[in-house]
Amino acid sequence: MRERFLVGFDPFVLPFLLGMAFVLTYCIIGLIKVILQLSKADRRKLAVSLFKPANAWKNLRDMFCDCLIHVKLWKRNPKLGYMHSSIAFGWFMLIVFGHIETFIFVPKKAGLFYYPIFFRYFMEMENYNLRGSFFFFIMDFFLLVVLSGIVLAMYKRIRSRFFGMRRTTRLSITDRVGLYSLWAIFPLRWIAEGFTAGIAGGSFMTIPINLLLKNFMSNPENITVAWWLYSIALGTFMFALPFSRYMHIPAEILLIPMKNAGLKVYHPRKGFSLAQIYTCPSCGVCIDACPMSASRQNLKDTTVYLVRQIKRNNARRMNAMTDKCLMCGKCQEVCQIALQSYDIRMRIRERATYNVGLKYDYLDSYQPETGKCKVLYYAGCMSSLTPVTGRSIKKLLDTARINWTQMDAGGGVCCGRPLILAGRRNEAAALIEKNTAVIESSGAQILLVSCAICYRVFKEEYKLKGIKVMHYTEYFNELMEEGRLKLNRGELRYAYHDPCDLGRGCGIYDEPREALSRVGIIAPAEKERAMSVCCGGSVGSLTLDFESRAPITEASVQNMLFSNPDRIVTACPLCLKTFALYSPVKVVDFAEALCDGLEKKS
Amino acid sequence: MIDFGYTLSKSGTLKIENLDDSRFKALHKLEPDAYKCINCGSCTASCSAGVFTELSLRKILLSLQRGDEKDYINQLQSCMLCGKCMLVCPRGINTRHLILSISKIYNTVDR
Repeated sequence: MRERFLVGFDPFVLPFLLGMAFVLTYCIIGLIKVILQLSKADRRKLAVSLFKPANAWKNLRDMFCDCLIHVKLWKRNPKLGYMHSSIAFGWFMLIVFGHIETFIFVPKKAGLFYYPIFFRYFMEMENYNLRGSFFFFIMDFFLLVVLSGIVLAMYKRIRSRFFGMRRTTRLSITDRVGLYSLWAIFPLRWIAEGFTAGIAGGSFMTIPINLLLKNFMSNPENITVAWWLYSIALGTFMFALPFSRYMHIPAEILLIPMKNAGLKVYHPRKGFSLAQIYTCPSCGVCIDACPMSASRQNLKDTTVYLVRQIKRNNARRMNAMTDKCLMCGKCQEVCQIALQSYDIRMRIRERATYNVGLKYDYLDSYQPETGKCKVLYYAGCMSSLTPVTGRSIKKLLDTARINWTQMDAGGGVCCGRPLILAGRRNEAAALIEKNTAVIESSGAQILLVSCAICYRVFKEEYKLKGIKVMHYTEYFNELMEEGRLKLNRGELRYAYHDPCDLGRGCGIYDEPREALSRVGIIAPAEKERAMSVCCGGSVGSLTLDFESRAPITEASVQNMLFSNPDRIVTACPLCLKTFALYSPVKVVDFAEALCDGLEKKS
Repeated sequence: MIDFGYTLSKSGTLKIENLDDSRFKALHKLEPDAYKCINCGSCTASCSAGVFTELSLRKILLSLQRGDEKDYINQLQSCMLCGKCMLVCPRGINTRHLILSISKIYNTVDR
């Protein structure tokens, strides 16, 4: 290997160099901004976690798996995974091997940023040896890998269904500039290296195109043009990067340590959430996942677009999109970077003002007679609208001979979650305090809850000393496991719906299924467990009206009917009421389904 | 005046020329369901807070429609936003957002 020019510089490297300098400055300023926005405690937490060996190893592994290989995308769809990892990993390897080449052959130029990138222009092969050819081969190989990814990326723009995506994100203008310059970079690199392949040498990718147009390609004037174009494409991409979705490339490196340090979102667009927002690659996986995408008019309110509006700091749209959201948490479940959209939305809601002066001093008069009991049942507001739930629970508890009382039989206080979902966390504290006092004074060991919404808030916000909060699915399953509740198995096929707050919110998927399988046959839904579809009735959405909820519910019912069940079972009174409006088959509450097993076999 | 054992109740007539419905129109813009109410009272009957207080969404909305906000609106302060009214409403009104919108426009903080 020999240097072709003594100077080792050509003006065509300038677009790339300027772009690179711009990106680096932008990222360093951004990094400092994010770190400064963190609270002191969070900064300490982050610093400590960086130096913990176990955490440092996890950071490195996550960076490799998520940034380069895109393991989560592979799991979602191998074609999508290959497309992303071929570009990311292939490009990374091109850069790495470019640097290795420079280090081996021209160590004195290793400090120059552009040398590894434009190595083929500045260096030439004197005589072919194995070491040189190895590098030529490896560079051409990874160029081929990246090019194959680019071809797939172009095809994805035409037919996204091939990659398992019904809808993809509508790109903004800067995103398009970034996308097209990214597409241009590698074919241009291939051509540029093809031009010099006659002089500098090449391998299976570059030599053939050089041979194809030998005279044209060997003209030194044409050579520089090709390299200029390659450098301009790189420069354009770099200048577009901070304002486009490609900011996710540098931002993810910051996000991973922050996530592994266990930081919390405290502001919609500061600190940790700012890092998350810039890490969103606008892949649009959340669009298909969002239950609102059942009707076209709501497509623009999905998480990927919310993130874009947060980036632009468009307060009006941010609030409107957040208020519309059902808060089912599915976008977070499918998200490749696990963007904590639920928390970000909560922070936006908490900042919204409604001029609503809520006062709960009247709660002092609420002193329910709970007596002393082992199990205290809290029906909650919604369960009181579905009396069948209460009746079935009573039947089951009495059959199992449990010493129990209902706390809110004559009207109770709301659990506080609807208030929290409306962003009124401080006001909800009064309700939480009141309920805690009543529950603790009852002396119960178990607080039984039949509503997924209440269950989540009891788990997350209440601090009940010595009292176990149990959802009735957990409790009845436990009773059956212990043999205290014996039910007969019937022939009915049940499709179980995972309520958002119970499944994704609290991670309870197995208990209800186990319990149901003791009274009947489980008919799986098309999408279930973490992928379950919101019923559309959620109190999470503030602005979705009755008519706009209908298509969501209809889509969700269709999802439940996947394997022709006899009954749709749900463990949330709100889902029960919502499904019942549109379902062609009978919708029953979980407890009601268990009561089927109480009937004696004839 | 002689006590006959009964009195004449105050006339409920509204003078349309005195009616200021600009704020109600603003409310309607914010929550289009505002005009849908048929005053059936299902919301009030099912209300969780209504067990403890006088809160009646029906009365509040009716008084707002009549341009008279003073009498009932402070009742909203006891609302727990639990959303039961939304489930029972035969007209499918998004009552939770209606309540928040009323608060936004009529300002229920210092009443």
